[in-house]
Amino acid sequence: MSDYTSIEDLVTQAEQEGKSLGQLVLQQQASELNITPEALLNTIHQRLTVMEKAAENGMRKDIRSTSGLTGGDGWRMHTYEEKALSGTFCAKAVAIALSVAEYNAAMGRIVASPTAGSCGILPGALLPMMTEHGATRDEICLALLCAGGIGLVIAQQATIAGAEGGCQAECGAAAAMAAAALVQLCGGTPTQCAHSVAIALKNQLGLVCDPVAGLVEVPCIKRNAAGVMCAITAADMALAGIRSVIPADEVVVAMGEVGAALPCSLRETAQGGLAATPTGLRLAEQIFGKHSS
Amino acid sequence: MNVLDIIGPVMIGPSSSHTAGAARIGYISRKLLAQPPVEADIALAGSFAQTYRGHGTDRAIVAGILGMRPDDERLPDSLALARDAGLTYQIRTVTLPRCHPNTAIIRLKAQDGTTVEIEGASIGGGNVLITRLNGMESAFAGQCDTLIIPHRDTPGVIATVSQILSFSGANIGNFKLTRPAKGRLAMMTIELDNPVPQETIRALRALPNVEHVVYLHANPEDNGHV
Repeated sequence: MSDYTSIEDLVTQAEQEGKSLGQLVLQQQASELNITPEALLNTIHQRLTVMEKAAENGMRKDIRSTSGLTGGDGWRMHTYEEKALSGTFCAKAVAIALSVAEYNAAMGRIVASPTAGSCGILPGALLPMMTEHGATRDEICLALLCAGGIGLVIAQQATIAGAEGGCQAECGAAAAMAAAALVQLCGGTPTQCAHSVAIALKNQLGLVCDPVAGLVEVPCIKRNAAGVMCAITAADMALAGIRSVIPADEVVVAMGEVGAALPCSLRETAQGGLAATPTGLRLAEQIFGKHSS
Repeated sequence: MNVLDIIGPVMIGPSSSHTAGAARIGYISRKLLAQPPVEADIALAGSFAQTYRGHGTDRAIVAGILGMRPDDERLPDSLALARDAGLTYQIRTVTLPRCHPNTAIIRLKAQDGTTVEIEGASIGGGNVLITRLNGMESAFAGQCDTLIIPHRDTPGVIATVSQILSFSGANIGNFKLTRPAKGRLAMMTIELDNPVPQETIRALRALPNVEHVVYLHANPEDNGHV
């Protein structure tokens, strides 16, 4: 039984037992939760359904956040999919990531994965795998469990809270989780999953949390789009046989250390970065009045 | 922490701390009142006070007070639903020195005049910590079966309560005693590893010197939250 403090341990166990990371996490976490693997898989199926509904409901032209700042970009991207430079799969992934994140900002029902601020990345990466690449719902659920196992290690060895580690802890963790899920879905080995985690997280390292007016909207929603592209790129690299020079576990620890080194103003306090730009400050005042900061 | 905390929770956006956690604090206050509230006074401090409108913190807390969990799709409409449910509420901002940045104080009143007042903090990921209950210090997260037992501070009360719990097979995971003054009203907050049967609760309620017993039951459907 893993204590989820090391990705390398998970990979070794999975490979010794001839399982995918998702299958390993399913078996271990069912036992941890004192439920059957079927019951756990059933709960994950329900969460996948929530993700699908969020993608559908968020992809509307007229959707608006409570503050009125955001909405409609998922729909915009969706209508552009056929012309996208990055191809249909990537464009769909981005459209879904934006839609789910916009639905979250509009007080829609989402799956925090691992957080509400980064809730678009896993659906963005995984839902198009069903429509574009024929993955089954069961395979997607096992990919979500693989992602969950990686997320557990990141949460325990570093952090998944923007207030502690900046956006790299939220969208970075989600991108790393989604990369591993994609590699597993495409038939990659657990070792390749680990390399994709390392590559994705390395490329989000240092990303600050600087939400305008303190709201989960600007720049969070578009960072979900960038996060899903980072995950796809990292998965493709790992599947192509590219290895991360720095092992995944060391990247995770580095992420935690970088997060701790970030000044408070760049950790969800809305006091620095984009939140402190003239436009950011003007919008904050517009939404909350003069005493907001 | 388990995989359902990472691929989850399912919640109404936009923020696990400012929306989902806020709803949980409201929900716990409703559970503690143990009957429908008719009046609610909601005081928001720190970051809650500054950003509650954009995060729907006000709607989340009222939803919780109406008995909705953080994933209830009626949550965004809770302010209108409160009127239908006969709940009048007041939302105000306060400054609380030395408190967690996301803190709310909720005072509820029921039709029969019963009141409950809690201070709770949303500590991240939708998790909460209740720090005060009816003016007394407390500390519980609402993530397992929890007993709140206000009692007279007299010799033997704690021993008898723990004995009754041990007979029922319950294991105490955490115990906190709050006693503002000797020989006056005190409060036990007991977190349990497993549920206890209703007859145990009845036995606890029948004890002399026990004022009353609130049993918050963990819901496996909600990943063990009360």
